[in-house]
Parts: sequence; structure tokens; C-alpha cells
Amino acid sequence: MKRAALAAGVLVLCAALPVSGQTLSAASILEQVDRNAVPGSKIIQSEMIVHGRRDSRTIRAKSWVEGADKAFTEYLYPPREQGVKMLKLGDQLWTYSPSTDRTISISGSMLRQSVMGSDLSYEDMMENQKLAEVYDARAAGEASVLDRPCWILGLASKTEGAAYGSRKLWVDKERFLVLREERYAKSGKLLKTLEVRSVMRSGGRWVPQHAVFKDVLKEGQGTEFVIQSIEFDAVIPVHLFDKAGLRK
Amino acid sequence: MIRFLLKGVLRDRARSLFPLITVAVGVFLTVAMFCYMKGAEVGMTRYTANQQTGHVKVMTRAYARDADLIPNDAALANVDALIEGLKAEVPGFDWVARTRFAGLLDVPDANGETRSQGPVAGVAADLLTPGSGEPGRLELARGLKRGKLPSRPDEVLISDEFARSLGIGPGDRVTLISSSMQGAMTMTNFVVSGTVRFGFQALDRMGAVADLSGIRAALDMPDAAGEILGFFKTGVFDRKAAGAAARAFNASRESVSGDFEPTMLTLADQSGLGWYLDYLDSAGALLIAIFLVPMSLVLWNAGLLGSLRRYGEFGVRLAIGEAKGHVYRSLLGESLIIGVLGTIVGTALGLAVSYRLQSKGINLESLFKNAAIMIPPRIHSRVTPFGYVIGFIPGLLATFIGTAIAGRGIYKRQTARLFKELET
Repeated sequence: MKRAALAAGVLVLCAALPVSGQTLSAASILEQVDRNAVPGSKIIQSEMIVHGRRDSRTIRAKSWVEGADKAFTEYLYPPREQGVKMLKLGDQLWTYSPSTDRTISISGSMLRQSVMGSDLSYEDMMENQKLAEVYDARAAGEASVLDRPCWILGLASKTEGAAYGSRKLWVDKERFLVLREERYAKSGKLLKTLEVRSVMRSGGRWVPQHAVFKDVLKEGQGTEFVIQSIEFDAVIPVHLFDKAGLRK
Repeated sequence: MIRFLLKGVLRDRARSLFPLITVAVGVFLTVAMFCYMKGAEVGMTRYTANQQTGHVKVMTRAYARDADLIPNDAALANVDALIEGLKAEVPGFDWVARTRFAGLLDVPDANGETRSQGPVAGVAADLLTPGSGEPGRLELARGLKRGKLPSRPDEVLISDEFARSLGIGPGDRVTLISSSMQGAMTMTNFVVSGTVRFGFQALDRMGAVADLSGIRAALDMPDAAGEILGFFKTGVFDRKAAGAAARAFNASRESVSGDFEPTMLTLADQSGLGWYLDYLDSAGALLIAIFLVPMSLVLWNAGLLGSLRRYGEFGVRLAIGEAKGHVYRSLLGESLIIGVLGTIVGTALGLAVSYRLQSKGINLESLFKNAAIMIPPRIHSRVTPFGYVIGFIPGLLATFIGTAIAGRGIYKRQTARLFKELET
């Protein structure tokens, strides 16, 4: 009887232990984050509120996304941006402006420009490699974000082409969602931060619903991203991922 | 006495012609060089002010901090009202709004795909309002190579070199890819109205000029502008007056905090131009000084030669009883007469040439075609009141001092040896 009670006590103790206390290494946590972040296909209606130096602007868009390599976005609001389209295919990015009827490839130094004046650069948008492929992860502690227990992961780039020298992630222990992030230059200078304000459950997945992305080098209060609706595993017409379709 | 000396100078050409020519040539060079240096200084200041800095410039504090980066997200807002306020608050200036812009100029092929592309840096000014002084200030007509100046908001004038590198010419459509006032990427179509040679390396590599209204629409800057430039109504930069205006303007806003409050800088406060103006001032003075020293030496030498040549004459004059002091004073009097006459002739010649160069100038475009600083292609002389009198400094002083030193020999003459010398 005593043995049975001891065994039951050990089981309860094991169940109560955090996952970190079990078998997950920093690398496997990062792989889980990657798996969680790149679903098959999705259609997202979102709102971007850019808190600039002078005032705030709201931009609405609809995006069709397939994996990490294909994304098509059409801007719906404000009127000046209405009809502007963006197509990402692998490493290439094009933007179409209806007022000029021109499709321009965004490359080179243009990639460092801001997307619609937000804190997000085209380079940030183009990130399609899995984090685990670009960075080495190490455990850097634990913390609570949004009242959720999180692991803190320190990432150091292991490839030359990485956009950031290092990153620091706060990963929800249960949902494997990144709830906070800091991105650093190779010099160690903090460049950008991400702060998730709320999460939502859709199609059986947890996704950040409201987040603030901040370019630390830029004045202003950052850019809020709000997901208004998200549909997973949606059927996306093939022509959307065709460059020629941008002018239609 | 003066009349006597004057007669002697005029009648004895062997005695006066060489010193007079020497003085006249020296004074001519001094006057012409001084006027040309002054013209170069005024010309460069005017050119820089017209093209880039104004005599004073109003920007937001945030824009002024990073002006070289063209931070149009920190541009001035409500510009029309601001200009009206400036007219009342800081009179004596003409105020114009300008916006500098940068980005890419993209040339489409027949299918709308990118055929060629290059970085562009340009200025938007009021080119279309009748009576606007901006086309004149930017000297666009002078440098026009092909086509015409913009006559519509959607037209752009680009540098001829840039146009050739992109393979385009007047009438071609280009897309300006730039950043809006909100920092968003913008794309706007323009038609190339013509091509121009700016005469300044950076602008000739990637320069463009468009009307302010067209760029405002392209960069989403309604009633906004990066800069408001103020030009003295006289057209000439007055460093003291500009400094006083800027200090008064900034002092009146000192208590108001905020990055988007306007601040005023003078031409001398911008991009190290104060140092450049100081340098031009001191370089001009130094050049004149450097010129004065050899001039004085030459004239001193001329005085020495004259005195030596007239050694015998002085001996005779002393022998017949003329006092040494009188001979010396008459020699100085002659030198002053020669100095005055030579200076008048040299100044007249120098001013004649300077007036000619003031209207025609000298084209140094080929000399400065790769210049990294803004130098006007044609540099004109500038005749100032000081130009009328500057020649008297070397003309009179050098001859007088030269003669005074050379004439000291008179006092060393031994009367006892006179007759012996005259016999030989």
C-alpha cells in the first residue's frame, strides 16, 4: 500500500512538472514553434494600425497564404492604398499599384523599406525559412507573458544570410506560440520587438490575434496587427499566386 | 613743387615709364583678381542658396536633425499658413516651399515590366505658378539639354546623364518609387519633359526636378513640404541679417516643445557652409596679401633701379647745393605721383575688365564638371566700392616704400667724391 501511494505520488509530481523539466530541449521547442507557425493554407483579413511620428493610420488587407513560400495580399483601406497588391513567391516579392498600373519587383535595398509606413520591412515579410534552419537555440530561462508560462529561448544565427544576428523568444509552454520577441543586429543592438497582446483559437489552432511590432530605431509607438478573421486550410485559387494576375 | 615734379615725370619718360607700367600692371592684376574673387564668393553663395539652402531655411526640428537623410516623414505641415506667417513675422524675404525626395526611377518596357532602374534624388519646387521665381533660381533653362521644362504636375525633368544611363528621353514614362510622408512606399508615374545638365556631379548622376504639386501628390504630402526657403529680396546673402532673423524666429518658439515645431537655419548654419564662407573670406584676404608682398617687392626693386640709374643726377644736384633731404623728398614726391598715375591707370583697366567679366563671366564648367561641391558653371566678377580703392594699397604703398628704402642712398653720398665720379 505504501509502495502504491509512493508510485501515485511520483506520477502526480511528474504530471505537475513543467514541460521543460521533461525531455524538451531548446532545439525541439523551436521546431515545435516552426511547426505551429507554418500551417498549410489560410485566408486572413487583418488590420494594421501604424502609430507614426505624427498620427496613426489604419490599413486593412486580405491575405491568401500557402505555406511559408506563397502569399498574396490585397489592400482594401484606406482609399489611397486600395487595390495595391503584393505577391510573394519564394524569395521574390512584387507589388502592383493600380494608380500606375505597374508591377515592381521589390529587391535589394528596397527590401529594407517599410511596408505601408509600418514598423515591418519587406525583409521581415520575406522571412520564409524555418527558425530552426537559420538559428541555433538555447534555453535562456522561463517567464510569464499574458499570464502564460513561457520558455525564453536565445537564438543565434548560424547562416550568413540571416536578417538578424540573434533573437530572443518567449514561447508559450503549452501552445508553442511566440508571445514576445526581440530581434538583434549582429552587433547586439536591439532592432525590433514583438509583443502579443491577445491570442485566439481558430480551426483548432492558437494564433496571435493582436500584436504590436516595433522598429526600435524608428520613432513612433509601433504597429499594431489585428487579425479580424482567419480561415485555415482554405482552398485558394491558383491564379492568385501568378504574377500576371496582379494586374487583374 | 608738385607741378615741377609732375612735369619732370611726364617729360622724362625714361625716368617714369617703367615704374608707371609696373604699378599699373600690378594694380590692374590686384583689382581684377579682387573683383573676381569677390564674384566667385558671391556666385558660389548665390548658387548654393538657390539650389539648396536658401539664405535661410525653415524646417521642423526633427527634419533639421537628419536633413541629409531627407526625412519627409518629419516634413512641415500646413505650409501655406506657415508661409503667410513668415511673411508677416520675418519681412524682407521671399519665401518658397520645396521638398527634396529620393527613391528609384523605374522605366517600364512595353509590358509594364522593369526595363531599367536607378536611384534618383530630386527637388520639387513651384515651377508652374506664373511669376514663380523658382525656375530662374534653379537655373533650369540654362542647363536644358533636351525637351522642355515641366509644364504639368506629372512631368519631371531629369539629368541628361541619368536619362542616357536609363535609356530614356523626353516623352518617356517613368515610375517614381519613393516613400510617402507616412513612410510608406509609393509609386507614381511621371512623364520626362526634358533633360538637363546641372553641372554638379551628384545631381548629374541621379538628379531630377519636378513641380511641388506633383511630388506632393506622389508622396501624399498635401499642404506639406520638407523645407521653406527664404531669400533676401535684395538677392544677396547678408550673414548678419540672416543670423538675426533666425535667432529671433527660433527664440520666439524656444518655449514650445515638440519635434514638429519649425526651426530656422541660415545658409551659414547648414552643411558646414559657415566654415566655407569664413574660408572664402580669409582665402580672399590671404590671396590679396600674398599678391601685395611680391607687388611691393617688384615696385621696391623698380624704385631701386630708378634711384641707381639716377645716381649721377643726385650727385650733381647735391653738388650744386641741393639739400639731401630735399632730394629725398622730391624723390618720394615723384614716387607718389607715379604711384597715383599708375594706380589710376591700373584701376581703370582692372575695373574695365571686371565690369566685362561681371556681365559675361568665365565658364569654368569643364574645370568643375566632377566637382563634389556646388560651384556655378560660370563665375562672374563682382565690382564693389572697395574694388575702386583696393589698388591704391599696393599702387601707392609699394612705390612709396620702395622709393623710400632705395632713396636712403642719397644720404650716403659723399660730396667729396662727386667730381671724381663725374670725371669717369
